[in-house]
Amino acid sequence: MIVERITEWNDTVSAELRQAVGYKTVKKKAGMKKFKRYFPLFLLMIPGLLYLIVNNYMPMFGIFIAFKNINYSKGLLGSEWIGLQNFEYLFKTSDAFIITRNTILYNLVFIVLGTIISIAIALLLNDIRNKVLNRFYQSIIVLPHLISFVIVGYLVYALLSVDSGLLNKTILPMFGIAEISWYTEAKYWPYILTIVHMWKTVGLSCIIYLASIISIDPEYYEAAKLDGASRWQQIRKITLPLITPVITILTLLAIGRIFYADFGLFYQVPMNSGAVADTTNVIDTYVFRALMTSGDIGMSSAAGIYQSVVGFVLIVFSNYIVRKANKENALF
Amino acid sequence: MELLNKSYQWIISSIMMAISITCFIPFVLLIMSSVTSEESIIQHGYSFFPDTFSLKAYEYLWNHGTDLGRAYGITVFVTVVGTAVSLAITSMLAYPISRSDMPLKNFWAFLVFFTLLFNGGFVPSYLIYTQIFHIKNTILSLIVPGLLMSGFNVLLMRTFFKTSIPSALIEAASIDGAGEIKIFHRIVMPLSLPILVTIGLFQTIAYWNDWFNGLTYMSNSRYFSIQMILNKMMTDIEFLTNSSNLAGNAAKEIAQVPSTSVRMAIAVIGVLPILIAYPFFQKYFIKGITIGSVK
Repeated sequence: MIVERITEWNDTVSAELRQAVGYKTVKKKAGMKKFKRYFPLFLLMIPGLLYLIVNNYMPMFGIFIAFKNINYSKGLLGSEWIGLQNFEYLFKTSDAFIITRNTILYNLVFIVLGTIISIAIALLLNDIRNKVLNRFYQSIIVLPHLISFVIVGYLVYALLSVDSGLLNKTILPMFGIAEISWYTEAKYWPYILTIVHMWKTVGLSCIIYLASIISIDPEYYEAAKLDGASRWQQIRKITLPLITPVITILTLLAIGRIFYADFGLFYQVPMNSGAVADTTNVIDTYVFRALMTSGDIGMSSAAGIYQSVVGFVLIVFSNYIVRKANKENALF
Repeated sequence: MELLNKSYQWIISSIMMAISITCFIPFVLLIMSSVTSEESIIQHGYSFFPDTFSLKAYEYLWNHGTDLGRAYGITVFVTVVGTAVSLAITSMLAYPISRSDMPLKNFWAFLVFFTLLFNGGFVPSYLIYTQIFHIKNTILSLIVPGLLMSGFNVLLMRTFFKTSIPSALIEAASIDGAGEIKIFHRIVMPLSLPILVTIGLFQTIAYWNDWFNGLTYMSNSRYFSIQMILNKMMTDIEFLTNSSNLAGNAAKEIAQVPSTSVRMAIAVIGVLPILIAYPFFQKYFIKGITIGSVK
């Protein structure tokens, strides 16, 4: 009410004022007032914005590094431009294909298996009536998510160590199988890494699915029960269709990130073993090793930019699809 | 029907129990390995039921524990300072963006949001932090890069401010003569305890578990955190396995690498605080997962 009246008043008065004082000064005064009023809020934002500039925006502009032949003595800006040469070198190596293939295939397997397993567990949890037990199971299955990958590396090492691992010393002899040198045989790693990834992340996505299952109106189930539907039929005809939106969004978001691998998983769990690089090297580990071990700025930055750009396109693309399906669920 | 229901409950409960055991049992193996005698490990490997118990590993750590004590100190310092600064700058950025009357608020929000979609990647970040800001081998390198503030948390907090803090309250305080900073400090922050606890918890875990910044920026072992000591020991194992044919060299290295059970004991010390604290914060943690998943 008051606001309306003031604007009304403003309109009539401002016409006169415009003539009397000149429009510009009025606008300037209002601007000054606004500035004064919101200045403290701007101050609050400064540390966060500075951090974004340093941590996010400067590296974004740092992409030019990939188009230069970086020479520390000349500095980042002073080094000479070499165009796409770094990218040419990168895609000439067999590494480029291997790391792209590994990153995408692992992520695809993780998405498919992870979704199925976590929904299955969420359905089980949803049926457990004992509240205390239910909460207990929930806490235990997300526990692996809390542990750093260094520790996970140790846990896996206790299982797989060649001369003292539980598998080689206790479990394999029980079945009469000879010791296996896990850390030098590439063929086992797709399975090992998939199992470790599931162990670490399924609990987390399970909780997300469980939350959406719980929010389903119980009346649907009651009506289905009256009609004599079995539990399995209820799951197939009520639960799964109603959580489909959540499944779609989580899957599409994961597809948007299919070009990014979990660095900790691929770096710590295979213990940085070169012998299994063929099946464990992903874009993230390649970039890291190329820079930190070989000091090859050109190759590593080219691979990094390749990842950032394709990753960005995929995220925008998958969001576009989510948006088409359901506008509310889109990220942007 | 009742009986069927009961047996159904039994079946799903035992499946869940099996899954829970799978999630937890590696920790049991880790703890058991750390209390197994060295000879037993060499003979029978790591095992759930060791032949001979021994607390020698912990005794060794207690006697040679100065490095470990300092690493613990570094971990705690980095976690506390990092989480506190993180909460401060995240909320200070999120609050103005959440205000519907903030000038250019959509621009600021986009600036935050865009960082979730696109990033320059590891190499430019590394070069900027080391060549321009020179944070290599300083304590800042464990706190600042990557971890201090995430755009995701800013947006999460903004949503909380928008939906849970009534704008009438802010207006009323403003009419009563409270300045913006005072409103933020005295009214908004106390009302936002739930989101501060959630994000604080996730930040605490991230800092406690971080080894990546250490691996990237820290070569001075004086500033090694627990995770970095563990990582270093893992690298030493790698070094030994990769160069086992260099017998003389390896023998010299073995003398420096803590024996197998000691290694596991340090891992236990690194993970135990989390396992002990977990029952107390699991409620918030699980709630936090669901908050983060729905925007």
